[in-house]
Amino acid sequence: MGGVRTAGDLVMRLQLAKKMKINEAKAYVAEKLGVNLEELCDVVTMSEKREEMGLGLAHVEPCAEANAGMAAKFQIAKALDIKINSVERFKERAGL
Amino acid sequence: MGEEKKYFTRMGDGSIVHMTEQEIRQDIEEGIQDAAKRGKIDPLTDDEKEKLYQIITMPGSIVGVEHGMQIVTSNDSGSDKINTKCGIPTSRDVNAMIHERLLGCDSVDIGYSDYNYKTVKGVAKREATVLKQALNYCTMPLFYGAMPNLGFYTKPDGPVDNWAVLLPEGKIEEALAAQEEAVDHAVRDIVYVAEQMNDVGADGFMLDTSGAAGDADFLVALKATEIIRDRFPDMPVEIGMAGEFVLGMHGKIKYNDVRLAGLYPHKQVKLVEQAGASIFGAVVNTNSNRSFPWNIGRVCTFVKACTDVAEIPVHANVGMGVCGIPMCENLPSDIVSRADKALIEICKIDGL
Repeated sequence: MGGVRTAGDLVMRLQLAKKMKINEAKAYVAEKLGVNLEELCDVVTMSEKREEMGLGLAHVEPCAEANAGMAAKFQIAKALDIKINSVERFKERAGL
Repeated sequence: MGEEKKYFTRMGDGSIVHMTEQEIRQDIEEGIQDAAKRGKIDPLTDDEKEKLYQIITMPGSIVGVEHGMQIVTSNDSGSDKINTKCGIPTSRDVNAMIHERLLGCDSVDIGYSDYNYKTVKGVAKREATVLKQALNYCTMPLFYGAMPNLGFYTKPDGPVDNWAVLLPEGKIEEALAAQEEAVDHAVRDIVYVAEQMNDVGADGFMLDTSGAAGDADFLVALKATEIIRDRFPDMPVEIGMAGEFVLGMHGKIKYNDVRLAGLYPHKQVKLVEQAGASIFGAVVNTNSNRSFPWNIGRVCTFVKACTDVAEIPVHANVGMGVCGIPMCENLPSDIVSRADKALIEICKIDGL
């Protein structure tokens, strides 16, 4: 799907976390993000949506305003209402 | 009367071949019938055969799916291939970021260059450190991955007698016992590695090329998955297969009362579900001596039978020599893109 360029990483997370098949996972992510299925696979729409929600991008300019890595995954877990293992372990280590 | 039109396609070894419409349709049909007979599954419908013919012969070097039909990707030893295959000296955490931000992958795995859990066990905590660094930098899901690779547990490198030596000597009982003992060693090693990876927050755990050493090897993947899902419930598991058919090196091994030897993908996936895995990586072998139309007809028949019954996502393995991809090092995008399109549009797979 293009990973963080669109919503491929998010759909993949639903396959892992909830064992959803592709269409169900796409529909779930689209609903949570407030986009339609066409927009979910579109790099232009999703770049804006991901920047707005802090979900991480393929490019990270300007650095002060763009999330990537762990910061983005905190926002993804919240936006998709799923548990992300790396976020949970990070919280434990950081005492959050 | 002019010469009949021929279409560019390839053989299973990647070499170029030009075929007429009749030749292509005949090879598609023969591939389908081969799969249907071996797997005791339904052949593709007439509409699906026609769709497959259109995909094989459609104009353009690279073909694609309609917008919105894109699916996700997972890998085996993905993050290490920039080093081991391309010879570019980068670290694996950097490789993961390259996969995320340059290649647009949906996930990738961190894996050791000697991609098996027996080897990883000795350096598991150091491997976990690499994964932990990558997890801090990357947004997309990161797996830790390796193969069960049961053959590595035989003497002289491993602890048990070599069943491939015992079997030709007629020592059947000893060969069976050796495989059963190796299963326990392998499961223990995999669970140990899984614990280290869960400790640093792996988003997923990959058991790749499962069944490579036969039915006992597949049992290792199933038993390890069961334990991992029980002990580390926040770390999902993907099981990818070694081949279309589980070899009966042991022959009597069962999982949940099902004999593993001889299972094809549509039956493998049901056991993978029972073990608790989140994703199943289906494999169909490429025959180097047959054409792409024959291979992809066969692949689609097997994989469609698998996705029809699967209740978890199915990712078709489309690396060298599997699922219609030619058996050659540098893969031709004309065939790769046609195999992907066929798998997505005809077989309704959930990922690649």
